Amino acid sequence: MLYWGSMPAPEMPVSQPFQPFRLVVEALGVDRGGRRVIEGVDLTISAGDAVLVTGPNGVGKSTLLRALAGLGRPVNGSVRFEADGVGDPDEVGRHVHYLGHRDAVKPALTVRENLAFWQDFLGGEGGAPVEAALEVVGLLDLADLPAAYLSAGQRRRLAVARLVAVRRPLWLLDEPTAALDAASEMNLVRLMTDHIERGGAVVAATHLAIGLAGTRSLRLVAGETA
Amino acid sequence: MPPLVALYVRELRLSVRIGGGALMGVLFYLIVVTTFPFAIGPDLNLLSRLGPAILWIGALLATLLGLDRLFEADRDDGALDLMVASGQSLELLVIVKVLAHWTATGLPLVVAAPFLSLLLAMPVDVTIATVATLLVGTPALTFLGAIGAGLTVSLRRGGLLLPILVLPFAVPVLIFGVAAATAVAYDPAAFRTPFLLIVAVTLTAAAISPIATAAALRNGLD
Repeated sequence: MLYWGSMPAPEMPVSQPFQPFRLVVEALGVDRGGRRVIEGVDLTISAGDAVLVTGPNGVGKSTLLRALAGLGRPVNGSVRFEADGVGDPDEVGRHVHYLGHRDAVKPALTVRENLAFWQDFLGGEGGAPVEAALEVVGLLDLADLPAAYLSAGQRRRLAVARLVAVRRPLWLLDEPTAALDAASEMNLVRLMTDHIERGGAVVAATHLAIGLAGTRSLRLVAGETA
Repeated sequence: MPPLVALYVRELRLSVRIGGGALMGVLFYLIVVTTFPFAIGPDLNLLSRLGPAILWIGALLATLLGLDRLFEADRDDGALDLMVASGQSLELLVIVKVLAHWTATGLPLVVAAPFLSLLLAMPVDVTIATVATLLVGTPALTFLGAIGAGLTVSLRRGGLLLPILVLPFAVPVLIFGVAAATAVAYDPAAFRTPFLLIVAVTLTAAAISPIATAAALRNGLD
């Protein structure tokens, strides 16, 4: 079970396992600022996968994750989401969580309003209720506080709560542990493990060694992919 | 809540909270309109003749004032990324955001106009006509402004560029709006044609703007 810090462990909302899916990336090429950053990436991510994207600064980890999420136009190649009952294979965005560098937290709204909006907007079917998701990240006590008063780490946890409140099979995490303390990091790893056990998949770009069992590694090298 | 309703509610909440632009527009409108009588002097005939033009110029400037934040705030904190990646139609999102922005900043201008017309010694029928033209004309300004906001979203300090881009396209709304309102004083029948032309401009802007703005936003997301 998951808990944050030294608080008593809250009940993790029980969630149905995901049905099998695949994210198929073929010969992906992405330009950024007129320069080819990603070239010829082939990748298949299926249910239960954990993929760690590593590489030096500026090699294109973030660009790759954004392209997987459907942000920015690939110059060539394709990203497809395949699963039973998914009609249009191009609607990748409906099936992935993208947790980028910026937390998409509005300072003027309260913690609860921030999360409730994203749950309504991204579709809350099957996800944990807002209160339960806030409890998982240890922010329930601050639910009615304007998000302007949160620390960087707490804002990050609010963004992480989105992963719990909205049910999506594939998580794309860009430096997910930035600003998180050690206990919060542990809990994020537990969330990821739990997600993978339920048949989800995680692609994370991070410098930290996240101790997930069965992790594949995708190392980006300048000019090519190894 | 359905996604688009949730977005509308959120936009309204943000605009009335601290740092939101809802009250700013009306205050700016008040300041601009009250400055004119001081500059023109106590010539009531002249003031009431210029009244519709003053109210319209004020409304145009007040509308342009808050538009640069329409997408910029969401871009800065990463919310725009999530919205674009969400799989929702970006065009629909633009329409909802524009409607929410108009409700928060345009509608208050329309409501404030009759009170400001008292300062300009405007006759009742001209006031009613001006308010009617503002009601159907200000949505066009917001829709046109959204295109500019979409184009300048990736620029730092694009605030001044936006009015320069948008103002030429807003001029027809201004011309027809003032023409319709002024016409009432001389010949009530002459109100109809310019009024229908504003409606036409608004409908055209509402049809073109979401597509153009969505294209500009996609282009700016790098």
